[in-house]
Amino acid sequence: MIRFTDVTFTYAEADEPTLRGIDLDIEEGELCVVVGQTGSGKTTLLRAVNGLVPHFTGGRLSGDVRVDGRSTREYPPRELADVVGVVGQNPAASFVTDIVEDELAYTMENLGIAPAVMRRRVEDTLDLLGLHELRSRPLSTLSGGQQQRVAIGAVLTAAPRVLVLDEPTSALDPAAAEEVLASLTRLVHDLGMTVVLAEHRLERVIPFADRMVLVPGRGGPLIVGATADVMATSPVAPPIVELARLAGWSPVPLSVRDARRLADPLRRRLATVAAPAPAPTPVPALRPVAVAERLSVSFGEVAALDAVDLEVRPGEVVAVMGRNGSGKSTLLAHLAGLRRPTKGTVRVFGRAPTDLPPRRLIKLVGLVPQDAGMLLYGETVADECATADHETGLSPGTTAAMLESVLPGMPMGHHPGDLSEGQRLALALAIVLAPAPPLVLLDEPTRGLDYPSKHRLVELLRKMAANGDCIVVATHDVELAAQVATRAVVLAEGEVVSDGVARDVVCHSPVFAPQVAKVLAPDPWLTVEEVRRALAGAVP
Amino acid sequence: MSVRLPAASARRGLHPAAWWLWAGCMAGAATRTTNPILLALIASVAAFVVAAKRTSAPWSRSLVVFFRLGIVVIVLRVVIQIIFGNRLPGHVLFTLPEIPLPSWAQGVSIGGPVTVEAVVQAAVQGLRLAVVLICFGAANSLASPYRLLRCLPAVLYEAGVAVTVSLAFAPEVVMAIAGVRDARRLRGRPIRGLAGLRGMAIPVLESALDRSLQLASSMDARGYGRRVAVAQRTRWMGTGGTAAGLLLVIVGVYGALDAGSLPAGGIPFLAAGAVLVGAGMAAGGRRTNRTRYRPDVWRIAEWAVGASGVAALSGMIVAGVLGVPGLQLQVYPLEFPPLPLLPAAGILIGLLPALVAPMDRSASGTRTTAPPPTADERQAPGAPAPAPATPAPAPARPDAAQPPAPVALRVAFEPGEGTVA
Repeated sequence: MIRFTDVTFTYAEADEPTLRGIDLDIEEGELCVVVGQTGSGKTTLLRAVNGLVPHFTGGRLSGDVRVDGRSTREYPPRELADVVGVVGQNPAASFVTDIVEDELAYTMENLGIAPAVMRRRVEDTLDLLGLHELRSRPLSTLSGGQQQRVAIGAVLTAAPRVLVLDEPTSALDPAAAEEVLASLTRLVHDLGMTVVLAEHRLERVIPFADRMVLVPGRGGPLIVGATADVMATSPVAPPIVELARLAGWSPVPLSVRDARRLADPLRRRLATVAAPAPAPTPVPALRPVAVAERLSVSFGEVAALDAVDLEVRPGEVVAVMGRNGSGKSTLLAHLAGLRRPTKGTVRVFGRAPTDLPPRRLIKLVGLVPQDAGMLLYGETVADECATADHETGLSPGTTAAMLESVLPGMPMGHHPGDLSEGQRLALALAIVLAPAPPLVLLDEPTRGLDYPSKHRLVELLRKMAANGDCIVVATHDVELAAQVATRAVVLAEGEVVSDGVARDVVCHSPVFAPQVAKVLAPDPWLTVEEVRRALAGAVP
Repeated sequence: MSVRLPAASARRGLHPAAWWLWAGCMAGAATRTTNPILLALIASVAAFVVAAKRTSAPWSRSLVVFFRLGIVVIVLRVVIQIIFGNRLPGHVLFTLPEIPLPSWAQGVSIGGPVTVEAVVQAAVQGLRLAVVLICFGAANSLASPYRLLRCLPAVLYEAGVAVTVSLAFAPEVVMAIAGVRDARRLRGRPIRGLAGLRGMAIPVLESALDRSLQLASSMDARGYGRRVAVAQRTRWMGTGGTAAGLLLVIVGVYGALDAGSLPAGGIPFLAAGAVLVGAGMAAGGRRTNRTRYRPDVWRIAEWAVGASGVAALSGMIVAGVLGVPGLQLQVYPLEFPPLPLLPAAGILIGLLPALVAPMDRSASGTRTTAPPPTADERQAPGAPAPAPATPAPAPARPDAAQPPAPVALRVAFEPGEGTVA
């Protein structure tokens, strides 16, 4: 269905090719997952499928990309729209119309599909993706997850034979992600649609994948193979695979069910060693750094937060979890003093954060927003770091050093706009963390980050927490929460529905439990690392 | 007379073109009179209909803006009259110091005696313009600009897309500004004053540019600008015919509004222009094979709304032709204007939309069920008949890799189904 023949692609003004000598065949009806480290060229590979690379991006492409027999040399992206549907990383940026229903019909209108057929397909897609209640809503009023589903629906209605998705679940909560992935699997299994998707949260997608393409980055050759084979050696691997490597399971299990069948000996062995240590509870005598009291926020008639009480004490890592649109980002924005509460109060170090001048505030509170690129306006990465040092009065090089510890080997001469999503996030993190604010707020910090970067982030957050800093992370990433959080707060429709020790909260939730906990239930193990340490202790 | 409304029409509200036709006729009626009572009547009718039929959409609040604009227009007109205007004889209110002008500037004067008559006449002329503005404001509040653009014929489609994108751009910029403000605060930079403004302009522009690039790539990937090969001559006929036709229509409209400047009120121009535009658009439309999703349909309610506007306008025109007194305000002698019954009755017919137009409930999103596609939905030219509903897919195989699907997949898509070859 998709055939890459000796494809080499170099961006204009780049010294080295991003893709070199790629040969790849993707069969009809395959669900192919493209994995690779941050900035390795996954997005470039995906965009080459329908010719956006190089027709739209510029640069030099040699070799040949064929989709359904049509070469992207002869067919520009618009002439391939009936064969390939592409959903980008930022769905909101792809919307052309203003209403959900019209957006779903847009591609079909361009393709000249008969009105009666259009009407039926729109209705079907509304049902398929659970959008029927949003059909006449303006697109600008949708939450991130809803926008993602509309963007997928908008290409699905054209009934393409190939669907290309770049991180389709990165903005979604676990339940919504599962819903989207389940519909994708259905499209593959029942309709023979070919799906190619790039994803960093492998734990979500590998149970569904037929084949895997590992993009090693720096123009290295692709590694293509059955999911289990690629996973056995891949440098990026979800917790379940790491657990399999640790326990020596072969073939590598890809779903929780497969793993549980293999896990019985491991569970029995773990039962003989000490149960996972409870997270160190912070000393209650310490004064809370941030306090929200009866915090209520409403946008028009919609209550985003409803009488939320929250105290964050030094050394705590609080994971704020919940559905898309449950008020997580709003809570963070209030703690950072970006918004004034409608009702109730927010105090950070005893003062209302909205009253502090920005320069003082960033020494106390650092927020990395969901769209991290928002923070970056310098000409180059190096320039951005230098400006950050200068503005916050740090010694030159502090931010650059922080960046190196978050993501080593950043291209310092690049424009922030040319970085990958994950690289941009790393840069924003470094800028916010460099002045060492004692309260750090992170909104979806792992969106677009690969596993090695995530590990480094986890290490960094743990070190900060050990120093007595407070960290509040709003995230859908249950694995991240399992690794760093000491406390978990679950929000639903603006209310706190549970608040407690992270291990208790996540282990008892079918939605928020990490993979290791699901495999090793009922014992409350959360991470591979815990298991590894316990086993190392047990075997003398 | 009771008008029963078809159910399908109630779904998406009235056809936007019907609102514009109605509002255009009301505005046309306003241009033909300077009687302040009639003008006030037109403005009230427009405001009443808007109050009765507006939705919760963002553009629905725009009538207030147009009312304010109207007041500004009246005040401006009066001020200009006082300072520069024609010195009409009559009851002098006060006298401004006069500035003598050279002989070549005759007809213009600065300062001088200001009479009640001159002020009243200027105010009424200002009021007329204000009422025209209010009528357009009413159409703006009632009809979604997006839906109006969707009604454009195929040959103007690309221009329509450009306007749609820029319409979406304004709220986008507002959001970008909010985002940049937040970002600057998070980086401890000033957000107020000159430094703040300078620091914000570039990021806002940059994000706007970014957004347009992403949008362009998305539109390309989604088949925007697919072309059908047509002869050069057809292409010329499309573009040339449309342009020439539009020119004629403009001339015709000018004649229709300014009574007496053209033979037969410019109607022949209007008709010839319309024919040319129609032909041009048909020729141009052959270049694309776009289809329309749920095109707005023109039903009895649309006819009724359009007719009510036409009635208001014709009442005014007929009164003008018959020489009904009171259509124009007399300032010599200055007296309270009479109420001419024929045009007033016409204007009151303009209230009909408040009764017959279906409410547009789409913006509130409360609707849960959708009626089946209507029979008038146009078939794409040359398209095959809609494929019969495909049978529901076989139950999913018990496949180890397949998770329980929480979503019901009812109907399968068939690749290529329904596409125009």
